Amino acid sequence: MSIDFKTLGASIAALAALGLAGCSSGADDGGETEERGSSGETEVVRYDANPFPSTYTPFESGVTLIQGATVFDGVGGEFANTDILVENGRISAIGQGLEAPEGATIIDGAGRYVTPGVIDIHSHLGVYPSPSVNAHNDGNEVTGPVTAEVWAEHGVWPQDPGFDTALAAGVTTLHVLPGSANLFGGRGVTLRNVPSRTVQGMKFPDAPYTLKMACGENPKRVYGGRGQAPGSRMGNFAGYREAWQEAVEYRRAWNEYWEAAEAGEDVSPPRRNLELDTLMGVLDGEILVQMHCYRADEMAQVMDMADEFGYQVTTFHHAVEAYKIPDLLADHGACAAVWADWGGFKMEAYDSIPENLALTDAGGACAMIHSDSDLGIQRLNHEVAKALSDGRAMGLEISDAHAVSWFTSRPAQALGIDDQTGSIEEGKRADIVIWSGHPFSSYTLADQVFIDGALMFDRADPERRTIRDFMLGQPGEGDY
Amino acid sequence: MKTLLLSLAAAASLTVPALAQDVLVINNGRVVTNTDRGIIQSGTVVIRDGAIVSVGEPIEFEAEDVRVIDAQGGWITPGLFHPHTELGLIEVGAEGSTRDDAASESHFTAAIDVADGFNPAGTHIDEARSEGITRFAVFPSTGSAIIAGRGGLASSTGEPGSLFATRRFMLIDLSDSGASTAGGSRSASWAFLRAAIEDARFYPGRFMAHHEGDAIDRYDAAALAPVVRGEIPLVMMMDRASDIARALDFNAAYPTIRIIIAGAAEAHLMAEELAEADIPVIYDPMRNLPDSFDTLASTNEGASILHDAGVRTAYTTVGSDLYFNPRLLTQHAGIAVAHGAEWSEAFRAITLTPAQIFGVGDQYGALAPGYAGDVVVWNGDPLEVMSAPTSVIIGGEIQSLETRQTRLRDRYAEVVREGGAAYRH
Repeated sequence: MSIDFKTLGASIAALAALGLAGCSSGADDGGETEERGSSGETEVVRYDANPFPSTYTPFESGVTLIQGATVFDGVGGEFANTDILVENGRISAIGQGLEAPEGATIIDGAGRYVTPGVIDIHSHLGVYPSPSVNAHNDGNEVTGPVTAEVWAEHGVWPQDPGFDTALAAGVTTLHVLPGSANLFGGRGVTLRNVPSRTVQGMKFPDAPYTLKMACGENPKRVYGGRGQAPGSRMGNFAGYREAWQEAVEYRRAWNEYWEAAEAGEDVSPPRRNLELDTLMGVLDGEILVQMHCYRADEMAQVMDMADEFGYQVTTFHHAVEAYKIPDLLADHGACAAVWADWGGFKMEAYDSIPENLALTDAGGACAMIHSDSDLGIQRLNHEVAKALSDGRAMGLEISDAHAVSWFTSRPAQALGIDDQTGSIEEGKRADIVIWSGHPFSSYTLADQVFIDGALMFDRADPERRTIRDFMLGQPGEGDY
Repeated sequence: MKTLLLSLAAAASLTVPALAQDVLVINNGRVVTNTDRGIIQSGTVVIRDGAIVSVGEPIEFEAEDVRVIDAQGGWITPGLFHPHTELGLIEVGAEGSTRDDAASESHFTAAIDVADGFNPAGTHIDEARSEGITRFAVFPSTGSAIIAGRGGLASSTGEPGSLFATRRFMLIDLSDSGASTAGGSRSASWAFLRAAIEDARFYPGRFMAHHEGDAIDRYDAAALAPVVRGEIPLVMMMDRASDIARALDFNAAYPTIRIIIAGAAEAHLMAEELAEADIPVIYDPMRNLPDSFDTLASTNEGASILHDAGVRTAYTTVGSDLYFNPRLLTQHAGIAVAHGAEWSEAFRAITLTPAQIFGVGDQYGALAPGYAGDVVVWNGDPLEVMSAPTSVIIGGEIQSLETRQTRLRDRYAEVVREGGAAYRH
């Protein structure tokens, strides 16, 4: 029986900070632990799994009624001439001819299209911000191949102007990862795309942590070039497996400790290891593996390794050859987050084809778009449009509405936040984009972008556009 | 119309089969001419012996006498002309053995000629062709010095001899990266350029006694001389507005030297001056971030500002890349339109304007009698991301749309367990 390490720690932190009980999903476990802790009997050592908690607070929103738009709900539905009512930051109703509550802001959606807010599952905004000067390289801890102990959020610069341009393109949520120099690059962080003085102010509340891993050429090039392991794909796997084995033993030690301590035995806790904390979180199913991997054969071996150590690969990123193995991905339950048509920059990207997304999807695997780029993140709707049309051109039947899921609900699922966002459904966070036209047209732009019901960007209103500190007083301030 | 009917009549009257095969009629599409005839809502293009002989309204003809492509109501346009690629020079970016774009260990500068490394069999040329690019400029990259060498112009047939014009322009990097190459500052870059210009200006005289000039050697000075004489343009890579201002000063000081500015992220801040000096720019409408301190003002609105000011503007794909994804040129042009550029200006920026900038605007980039038979038929508006070519014609020859990527696609169109796919080809 595994112990819910992350939820438990998070609950303790929440209780300590707020003096409340019963306010979050893990409260029962947390309450129990606190009782034991405060009763003065055996002190069971548990570390706070969430020491940098989200302080995100939605911006002010009112009641908004979007009327008469074509709505893509992000989970396969397309509805003509449909209204969406937003109240208290949530989607409260979807339908035709909805009544406008008193004081509601009414937005005419006629001729326009609505989708859920765009979600990018692969971004380096903040960790490789603009301008890309040396001082801003905070995305790769290139001092060793196993750095599961580093966290992307500690490298995120919330003043990256790329957040502003991404918002203007409809991006409401993004997952920022460490780079791919290392076998284990560290933890990723899921952010709300809001301006904030702090990273904590952007963190998506209760989003699961993720672990960035990397296959192939990058780690072996970076370290092999220094005469250090890994210097080959063989070395890559040896490096992963060695670390996973340590994590298995670390987890066993903690579980034995917790069991004994909870039984009242006088035991000492294992020595804490920040790297292995992260890997243990993966083995416990609390931290989602997001792995950079291009080649089909490598993904297949990684999935065997995941079975060997008892974890799940949530998403293969880039996955340029996912189209060769949709069946294997589906068997493992791994998603593929891909570009529409990038490739050629190294051998493992040589077999890139523009049908990758559509073909992987058609083969039964969970596929989605991603950007990995501060420019690409500004047009994920167009990237999906290309993938869609290339899929159709080879004869695959794919609806527009299904393709919208590739930049909305699919990445939400792969980040473990689909109960909150990624679709236009009653009760979900009101993360909404109103597009000037069909989102798959080159000429369409995001007109208005809402996050938790708050209007964060309005193309028609120069006041309603964010300008990060860096751009103040610079040439081009406010010009996206 | 008369011209067209006449030429069709001429075509139909050709009874010798060998000759008849040299006529190609592209019918029943929306014809973008890039001439003062604008767009013909439903028209026909006739190509004979590799060149366009007529463009006009649809007509009836005897199908046996000519090869016919029915555009089925799609779009018929000039082939795209990409003004800024490394196609044929790089196959795999990270593999030096597959690259011939830059020579960081060479002491040659201006003498470097991409023709020596250009490989028409590079697979990315096929991919560019299948997305409608029929002609492109081939750029060197900077190596050991800021003068990178000479570029050429190629067609995308992928055949030997497809590099149809060599030594057509000289590239120099005067951006922040050039400053680093030149020794650490922009001032060093410009000093090097001015000295190199003097070496070339006084070539061969100043080399009579010894091999070295002030900045470049004899062989490089000889290669740079056509730039000094105004025979080929000098393409200056730069982004920052202040660098463009220096280029304008340089242009005034050396009026015979023809300048093209490539990169040009902040060119919109200098749009009036560039138009006044008639200096063309090669510009990427996609770039809108301050990715360096040289591009603080870059904006998606830049293209429309440049067009409105009358700057001759061609689009590039530097925000994607220049060797694998030049094929995304139409998407980049679509971004310009979404942000205010006129469709016709944007389309010209990927067809006729690049051809004109490189001195071949009387042969490529428009559909008019006398122009090369470079025609693309599209299933919709070519600047829409969901549109694609259905036919690509270069010099009157119908091109294959098959690429290494379509071969992979077809091999894996259906899941085949284990090694079975290897027998599928």
